[in-house]
Amino acid sequence: MVDMNLNRLRAWPAYIVFLVMTASFLICPALCWSEYDYVDINNPFLRKIPIAIPLFKTMAKSRSEKRLSEKASDLLSETLEFTGYFKMLDRDAFLVDPEKFNITALNINFQNWTSIGAELLITGSLLVKKDIIDIELRLYDTFKSKLLVGKRYRGWINDQRKMIRRFCNDVIFCLTGKRGIFDSKIAFISTGSGNKEIYICEFDGYNPIQKTHNNNITLSPAWSCDGKWIAYTAYKKGRPDLYIEHLEEKRGFVVKKKGVNITPAWVPGKFALAATLSFSGDPEIYMLTGTGKIIKKLTNKWGIDVSPSWSPDGKKMAFVSNRSGTPQIYIMDIASGNVKRLTFQGRYNTSPSWSPNGDKIAYCGAEDGEFNIYIISVDGNDPLQLTFNEGDNESPSWSPDGNLIAFSSSREGPCRIYVMSAYGTDQRSLLALPGEQTNPRWSPGIVSN
Amino acid sequence: MRKKLWIGLVLLLVIPGLLCIASCAKKAVKPDTVEVQAEAARKAAAKEKLARQQAIEKQAAREKMFARNMFINENIHFDFDKYNLLPLAQQILQRKAEWLRNNPDVSVIIEGHCDERGTNEYNLALGDRRAESAKTYLINLGIAGSRLTTISYGEELPVDSGHNEVAWAKNRRAHFTIE
Repeated sequence: MVDMNLNRLRAWPAYIVFLVMTASFLICPALCWSEYDYVDINNPFLRKIPIAIPLFKTMAKSRSEKRLSEKASDLLSETLEFTGYFKMLDRDAFLVDPEKFNITALNINFQNWTSIGAELLITGSLLVKKDIIDIELRLYDTFKSKLLVGKRYRGWINDQRKMIRRFCNDVIFCLTGKRGIFDSKIAFISTGSGNKEIYICEFDGYNPIQKTHNNNITLSPAWSCDGKWIAYTAYKKGRPDLYIEHLEEKRGFVVKKKGVNITPAWVPGKFALAATLSFSGDPEIYMLTGTGKIIKKLTNKWGIDVSPSWSPDGKKMAFVSNRSGTPQIYIMDIASGNVKRLTFQGRYNTSPSWSPNGDKIAYCGAEDGEFNIYIISVDGNDPLQLTFNEGDNESPSWSPDGNLIAFSSSREGPCRIYVMSAYGTDQRSLLALPGEQTNPRWSPGIVSN
Repeated sequence: MRKKLWIGLVLLLVIPGLLCIASCAKKAVKPDTVEVQAEAARKAAAKEKLARQQAIEKQAAREKMFARNMFINENIHFDFDKYNLLPLAQQILQRKAEWLRNNPDVSVIIEGHCDERGTNEYNLALGDRRAESAKTYLINLGIAGSRLTTISYGEELPVDSGHNEVAWAKNRRAHFTIE
């Protein structure tokens, strides 16, 4: 599976022609978007939906095909489980022999599934011809005996992961009315090569790739809102300069003013970003064009002003300032320039990350020398601690659907990337790599690849 | 017979005379030797003086090197999350200013560093402030700002990789290097 990405890249032109993911609505499902009540949006992680995903059926009985089916059904399970919405039912508890049971609604005895507690059922079948794979996937509501989503995909075997992901996006859209996160990526800093460099992996930690080879110190990756550009700070020329680079094409811009050029954050919907520059002798946040030219100075207060994070509508900016004597989070209304302090608890609150839903800000707060992740309403109410007594926890970053938060933690010794629900539940390690991993930044929902 | 006696007498006188002349000639050489010795002594003295001078110069150079190394090696330190200059830091900076006045051709880089605690991003700005604090202090002591550059390394380059207060205190520093 590891070399899949390369193959996919090589096969790219053919891939378009080939209509790889012919997501045909062959099995026309009931109109799904009227049924968002499956997942409780207020706290989807309180009660997980029990779901059964039996092994996909294969037409041929070849061993390789069977292994492929196993891999595909496991991948589907893991991908959906990652969201935190579902409770995966143990396949050993299933009453139906996957070899024998039929995968279409007409022939499914839903009682076999409701009796083991499954509220949802996903059946699949898989057909391999040479390098081409056909996958049929169906999501059923077992209590209503109803088909919710039915799709068929055709493509290269190597694109199997992509097909499964696309189906998962459809499942999540059907159940929540929101787009899934399965096309998103996570950028982070890793010291695996001996230096801090930017790596990018898929939403679930799969396929981490080293993106920069600067051989010095590289920090603070920031995704543009279309996912095509990344801005970061690096000491390529011995000083902390700001680099703005296109992820696919070899082009970019540099901001290399005297002092620091740090903490970039792209303005939603625009080719522009906010960043802290200290050429004036004091670190202030400026608005820059995507090409690195100063549009205007946003903050104007002696002391430190860093780490901007934009509201989803781009009208407000959260940032860190020590204007009160300790680092605290403030919110600036861009049109009026008005600034109001958001955090009052504790003497060290940094790393604001504005939620994609717009109502909350995640941040890192220190109490008694321990750093933990908190969220707070944008009106300053209900600060809520999400991590407890497990090393230092820093750099929160929201998933594009606002359901998950990636962060770094030293709970197992070296710093690694972890993911949890927006309520602090389901905390787990995202990936295992040599060195230390910090500073995760979740991409927007759609990333070119 | 008498003649022989005379000759004998003359010889008796002349030979010692000759001998005397010969010895006198030898004696004329003797003062020369003294001069050589004096010269040698003089030379030795000069050499010694030179050596002493060289030693002094060496010492001076050593002291100069020592001062230079002191300038480079002596960091100033800060409290956690602070960039104000503590009394000891001010004393050290005064010494540094003196050295800079004595070495007017030298330009320096002031690096600002933080301990590992807290956010990398915030620490980059904090390191910048620390280096700027030191720079401003030196400017106020009369050092030209054009000779002073600052770089913040945030928490990225600790001198002590420990995870305790001793290590953190060492790492919260401004470090000076010569350009």
